[in-house]
Parts: sequence; structure tokens; C-alpha cells
Amino acid sequence: MTDPATPPAKLVCRHVWKLFGARAAEVLADLGPEADGERLQAAGLVPAVRDVTLSVREGEIFVIMGLSGSGKSTLVRLMSRLIEPTAGEILFNGQNLLTASDREMVEIRRHKMGMVFQHFALLPHLSVLDNVAFPLQVQGVARGLREERARAMVALVGLAGREGAMPRQLSGGQQQRVGIARSLAVEPELWFLDEPFSALDPLIRREMQDEFIRLQSVLRKTIVFITHDFDEAIRLADRIAIMKDGAVVQEGTPEEIVLHPATDYVREFTRSVPRAKVVRVARAMRPPEGAAPGVSVAARASVAEAAALFLDGTTVLAATDDAGGVVGHLHRDDVVRLMLGG
Amino acid sequence: MAGRGIAVWALALGLFALVWQVGATALPWAFEVPKGWTLPAARWITGFTKWLLNEASFGLFTFAELTRFIAAVIDVPYRVALSVLSTGVLSGRGSAAIVLLPPLPWLGVALVFALFGLWAGGRALGLLVLGCFVFILAFGQWQSAMVTLASILVAVPMGVAGGVTLGILAWRHPWFSRAIRPVLDLMQTIPVFAYLVPILFLFGFGPTAAVVATLIYAMPPMTRVAELALSRVPAELTDLGRMVGCTPRQMLWRVVVPSARDGLMVGVNQVIMLSLNMVIIASMIGAGGLGFDVLAALRKLDFGAGLEAGLAIVALAVVLDRLSQAAARRRGDPRPGGWLARHPYLAGGVATVLVAVLAGLMVPALQRWPVAWELSTGSFWSRVVEWINVNYFDTIEAVKNAILLNVLVPFKRFLLGLPWIGVAGLLGVAGWRLGGARLAALVAALATLIAVTGQWEKAMITVYLCGISVLFAMIIGVPLGILAAERARLWSVVRIVIDTLQTLPSFVYLMPAVMLFRVGDFTAMIAVIAYAVAPAIRYTVLGLAGVDPRLVEAGRAMGATGVQILWRIRLRLALPEILLGLNQTIMFALSMLVITALVGTRDLGQEVYIALTKADPGRGLVAGLAVAFIAIIADRLIQAAARAARARLGLAEAGA
Repeated sequence: MTDPATPPAKLVCRHVWKLFGARAAEVLADLGPEADGERLQAAGLVPAVRDVTLSVREGEIFVIMGLSGSGKSTLVRLMSRLIEPTAGEILFNGQNLLTASDREMVEIRRHKMGMVFQHFALLPHLSVLDNVAFPLQVQGVARGLREERARAMVALVGLAGREGAMPRQLSGGQQQRVGIARSLAVEPELWFLDEPFSALDPLIRREMQDEFIRLQSVLRKTIVFITHDFDEAIRLADRIAIMKDGAVVQEGTPEEIVLHPATDYVREFTRSVPRAKVVRVARAMRPPEGAAPGVSVAARASVAEAAALFLDGTTVLAATDDAGGVVGHLHRDDVVRLMLGG
Repeated sequence: MAGRGIAVWALALGLFALVWQVGATALPWAFEVPKGWTLPAARWITGFTKWLLNEASFGLFTFAELTRFIAAVIDVPYRVALSVLSTGVLSGRGSAAIVLLPPLPWLGVALVFALFGLWAGGRALGLLVLGCFVFILAFGQWQSAMVTLASILVAVPMGVAGGVTLGILAWRHPWFSRAIRPVLDLMQTIPVFAYLVPILFLFGFGPTAAVVATLIYAMPPMTRVAELALSRVPAELTDLGRMVGCTPRQMLWRVVVPSARDGLMVGVNQVIMLSLNMVIIASMIGAGGLGFDVLAALRKLDFGAGLEAGLAIVALAVVLDRLSQAAARRRGDPRPGGWLARHPYLAGGVATVLVAVLAGLMVPALQRWPVAWELSTGSFWSRVVEWINVNYFDTIEAVKNAILLNVLVPFKRFLLGLPWIGVAGLLGVAGWRLGGARLAALVAALATLIAVTGQWEKAMITVYLCGISVLFAMIIGVPLGILAAERARLWSVVRIVIDTLQTLPSFVYLMPAVMLFRVGDFTAMIAVIAYAVAPAIRYTVLGLAGVDPRLVEAGRAMGATGVQILWRIRLRLALPEILLGLNQTIMFALSMLVITALVGTRDLGQEVYIALTKADPGRGLVAGLAVAFIAIIADRLIQAAARAARARLGLAEAGA
């Protein structure tokens, strides 16, 4: 599960609040730790994000999942300081963004952050190439250099040959590929994706998720991914934070969340997720005892993947770590129980 | 709630009747504002204008120098445009002038515009543009049309630039938006005549003053449209701008303004159309061209000449309107290749101009449209009117007199006999019931202001003429709208007719009315009805077409007859739209009413017109403001009623 050497945190939120309304900061300071929904409402404030503390580690896909109105889009805008938090700290590479000057923020956003938007946010008057080159143009990069870079990005997302097209001539999926290429053009360290696939048809969404997984296997960016789709979160995430009413109700790996939902609210989401697809062999196996089984499976594989190996009548599999050493045995009965248990 | 409403109205009407019947002797001040109460607003304004002109100073320079400077700045591009299109480049003045360079030949102008049409909207548009120019040429309106075109070509970019600048400021700073909104309201409701006089004072008589007047008239809608278009740019795009680290300037010019392009182009189109609307009125303070021709024809009652010049204005309007709309819709795809390959139309335009100039130098008929090729229908129209007058004079007179004696005169007497304080009070009650205390205070205060500035009697004549005309316009327009809403083919015909009616300069309506009915209130009424019926039809159709078809289906499923569906479902649901149509009809009627002063009404319009001929800025502005107040009272009350109707039907959008 967690690697012994946990990568350092790239982005840390500490007790971040966002309240909409007059004199929000003062009211929040007065209320102190007793600030709850009722008291804030009585003060005429609308809480969008409440006391969120989390950290995004370098190189991981951190998914923030919540239904509409849960505050997830506000949270991602707080992380990039597009919206000013009412209270709290946001540390990026250890630097508190809230104390950065406007000019420093412009520099950080220009060179270290990229963002993909739900409705693509392509500039309607620019071609695909110019849209992708836009962040570089804003920085004042010379035309030749920025177009070369933009061309490479367009090719990376599989749109080579469409550089001259206008956004309206592209399908939704293609438009979002342009949005992705644009956000990558500045080689950001931190990549925000705000519901990037929500506006797409289910089939295209699946295709784009695969494309995203492929890109990430090449790029290894630190990613904050927002979604309202629990299945999408399970599929893509290294770790998930589930939000409700502006607060994080649970944070953990997909496996932890599916197996141990913290509240009834989270349980509702996990109900329809097949356990076998989430649970890894390492968690379902028993300590090795008795004769070594003939067939082996990686301990990090999902139980669903291992299940196919029982089809020929085998009853026990050997679970192996990355080095190939046997770390446990996976019993057929356990797998059946897990799969039938839903 | 309903019971209380009725009680309030009963009480208010009772009080009103009491004041009206008993007050004549007991409270004379309720009927006529005593001398001591009146505000000498007209004198103040005149004094202020004189002070501005003669004494006001900003230290380094005086106010008069400032206006002269503005005039000089506007004059430069105007001279250039006029030289290119109409006069040519001259050396020397007056009759001693020597033509150094001739103006662009008609062939060149027509072809360049046609090429622009081809670029923006394809072959059909190119041919339409060409056809309009040939029409102008054939009726011998070319010289005047080019003078008008020159002033439009100067006024439109300035109006757009100014409007967009104000719109950007309003979008950036909410306080500016709040501050500018009432100013825009006033600028759009004050009749243009009213501010012609101050402009005349400050900028002198001539085309420059006319351009200034056009700018004042055409800029407010651009400002509104720009603010709206900018604020409608999706938040994601501004988020994008900030995420890629745009500076405020990059954000504005590279993200927000280009994204708002479609909306902004609507504003550009508005500026063009309003500038063309102003053409005739602007000719009163020295713009030459087609407007002057129409005005001159109106003064001579030469219907044919006026109609031809008027139609030439329409032709220009059609050209500029369609070109700007097509250019806005055009979705250019970048072409690869060198400059020539990327800009074939631009290169073609330059080549056309060169060829046309050379051809014009060699063949005079291509430089100036020969008189022998000109047509005129002037005498034909004059004969038609003559024939009608000879054969149907008695019938027309009889109809006119019957309506005058039985409808117009009694209504006028009734309105003039009402106590002003009672009317202001009733308006206040209506405002309170419809929109609360603020609306009540606003309408009552505006009505009182009209009274204490000594405009009450003339205002009542305006209300009477406007009211009667609007009534007739609604009686004609709503049933027509109901018919047209159900028959797509009829609607397509009606729509073309009312679109044309709306681009026709309002002066053109006056002429046939005057010729058939001579001067007077009845003539004014006919002209106003003809002008104001268009919005009544349009909004009725819009409202009926907007009714949810599922509700009509539900009605049919319940076994309702066609009449029941119309009366109980469709008209009920279309009521808010129809009310807005009523509002527009009133606004149209008021703007036309001022123009009908030319045919001898005795209302506020006449007051404004007299002030214009006497060059009395105070008198004109006070009367103009009174018209604006009437418009604002009607507008606010009807908007509030429409909002209430919408809320009752559950169609309300928050804050709309």
C-alpha cells in the first residue's frame, strides 16, 4: 500500500475556510472552533469550504470527489488562489501562497500550475494551435518557440493535423484534449483538473480517462482531480478526499474508502462498487502456510484480476511482491466470499 | 390581499373624484400650479449654458475651448471621409476651389462595398449591396448619400469606441455602472430635439455638431450591450486567464473582449442603426446629405422627393445593417500561405479602388452617374396623392371629423380637466401597488416635477395624443399578432413589413399623413399609429410563440375549444410579453410624437421644436425632460406590472 518512503507533500491545505458574505473573516474569528453551519447561517454567511486540511503528495493523483454544491470546485480555486480563502494556510512547495504578492502569484501560475476546465474554456477566436500556445504567449515567449512547443503538446494529446482548426469545429472530446494540451504547455509542476470529463458523453468520458491514465504514466505530474463521479474517482485516484457541505468527510485510498466507509454518506457511494475491483490481493491474502501453490499473482493486483486464475480449478494462489518473493496465499473461498459479498 | 388591493384603489379613486369635483373652487392650486410654486428650471438651464459658453474655465483652458477642441478632433476624420466619398481633395475654398483629386467614383464605392458583402456573407449579400447602391444611383441620390455615409462612417467608430470604453469601465467598477445607469436611461428617453439646442450652442452649426448629437444618441445602447456582453463571458474563461497569469490588460484584450465579440457586434449594429435614425434630425443642425433632402421635401410637402430620399436612407441602412450582421456571424478560418493568399479580399478591394479610379478618370460616366440614367417617381406620387384628394376628399374629411369630435376632443378635455395633484397621487398609488414605496415615490415625484416646471398642460396633451395612438396601435397590433402567431406564412410576410417599417426614417410617415389629412392632431395620431404598431405586433407574436406547447396540449386534452385555449391559456401566459410590447409601443409613440410637432400639435414636442427654432436651450431641455419623465413613469409602471404578472405565472427570473 503506502510505500515505505512516502513522497514529500507538494500542496498542503491547513484549516482552509471559505465563507461568502459580509465581514466573513471577522465573524469566523469570533466564532473560533465553534463555527458550525447553524451559527454561520445565523450570521448571514454561506460556508462553501469548511476547515479543510489535506496534503497532496508529489507524483500522485489526488481526487476530490463530491456532489454539486459540496464545495469541491471552490476548493480547487482556493488551492490556486483564484478565490481568496477566508482563513487557513495553503502551502505550495512549502511556501504559503496566501502571503505571496500578486506578482509572485502571477509567476507561480505562469510557470508552475496548469488547469483544465469543465467546459474547456477555449478562446473562441483562436485556432487550436494558438489556444495551446496562449499561456506561452501571455508570458511573452517568442512565436517560433511557443508554436513549436504547442505543436508538441497537440501531438501529445493525439490531435496532430488539427492545429489550424477552430474550437467550434471540434467535438467535445477533442476540445478537452486541446484544453489538456494547453494546460501542459507550460510544463506545470501541479496540474489541476476541474471535472475535466463531466461535460462529455459516457463513452467519450471512458476514452478520455484511458487517455489521461496513459498521459500520466508518461508525465508523472502531481495532480488534483475534481469529479462528481465516484466510479471515475475509484478508477483514477491514488488517494481520494470525499466532500460534503464544504467539509472533507473521508480521505484515503480507493481501497480504504470502499472497505471502510467512514459515514453512511460515503457508504451510499461505495454500495454499487464491486469490491473485487478495488481490493488488492495483498489485503485479501492469508499468511503463507502449507505447500507453495503452482500459480502466482502480484500482491498489488486487484482481486478481480486474480479471480480469473481460479477458473481452471486452482484453489490457492501464491501472492508475490515486486521482487517476486511470496508474501502470502490467496484462497479461492476468500475470493468467492468477497465477490459475492458485493 | 386582493380584498385589500380593491379597498386601496376604491379609497384612492374616491379621494381623486372628491378633489376633482369639489376642488375646482376650493383648491384651485390642485388644478393649476400657482405662480409662486414654479421652478424657473428653463431659465436656470439657459443661464448655465451661457455661463458654460462664456465663463466656465478649467484654469488652463475654457469650456468653450474644450468644445472647440472636440469639434476639431471630430472634424479631421469627417473631412477625410467627405473628401474621399463626396467632394474630392480640394485646394482653396468656395467657388475658387480647384479639384486636386476627384472623389472615389461611384463604381469604386459600390464595388468595394459589394466585395465586403461577398467576403462577409457570400454572393447573395454581395448582390444585395450592389443592388442597394444601384437603387441610390438610379434615383439620383448618390451625392447626398455619400455625404450621409461619410458622417456615419465617422460617427460609428467613435460611438463604438466610446460605448465600449464606458462599458468596460462599468463592467470593471460596479460603482461606475450604478452611477451611469440613470444617465443612460435619461439619454435614451429624452427626445433628441431637446439636446440639439445645447449642442448647437456648444459646437456651432454644421456636420461636426451633428456627429456629436449622433454620438450622444447612439452611444448608450453600445455601453449597455458592452457591459452585458463582458459580464456574460463565462467565469471559466476569466479563471483561465488568471491561471495562465494574464496581467489585467492581457485579461481584458486577449481573453474577455475577444470572447465577448458576438455580443459586442450586436452593439455595433445598434450604433449603426441609431446613427442612421439620427440622419434626418441631425440635418436640422447642419448635417447635409439625405437627411437634409428629406427635411427640405417635408417642408415643401413634396412627397415624392421625400420618399425617394427616405428610401435611399433605408437602402443605406439595409447595406450597413446586413454587412455588420454578416461580419459578426462570419467565422473565418485562417488560410495558410503568404499575405496575398491570406487576404484575397483586401487585395481585391485595393485593386478595385485603383482600377475604378483610373476608369473614372478616363470615362466620366463611371466617375459620376450620368443624369440621363436617373429615374424619378416624384411626380407619380404627387399625382397619386392629388387623385386621392380629388376623389375621396369628402370621405376622408368625414372620417377625420367623426373621430376628432367623438374621440379625440372629449378625451383631451377630460385629461386637461384633471387636477395634477390627483393624477400624481393616483400614479403614486399605482406605483405602490405594483412595485412598492420606492416606485411610488419615483413616479409621484416625476409627475410633480412636470407640474411645477410649468409643463403640466402640454404634458397632458402629450399624454392624450400618445394614449389615443397607443390604444389604436394596440387595437390593431394585438389581433394582428394573434393571427400571425398561428400562421407561419402570414408571420413571415408581416415580419418583413414591420422590419421595413422600423428601418424607415420616422419622418417618412409624416408626409403621406399630412398630404391626406393636412396638419393637426388627427394627422399626428395617424403617423404615430403607423410608427408604433410594429412593436405591438412583434411582442404579441413573441409572447404567444413563447407559451409552452405542452400547456396548449394539456388544454386540448381537457377538451378546451380553440377560443378557450387562446383566451384562458395562451393570452394569459403571454401577458408579460404583451405588456412589454405595450411599453415599447408607448416609447415608440413618444419618440414619434416629438417629430409630429412639425405638423402643428400643441404638446411638449411643439415646445421642444419652438425652443430649437428660437435656440433656447433651457426651454427645450425642460420640455424634453418632461417627455423623458412621462416615458420613465410609463416604463417603470409597466415593467413592474409585467414583473408582477410573471411572478404570478411562476415565470419569474430572479432580479430580472
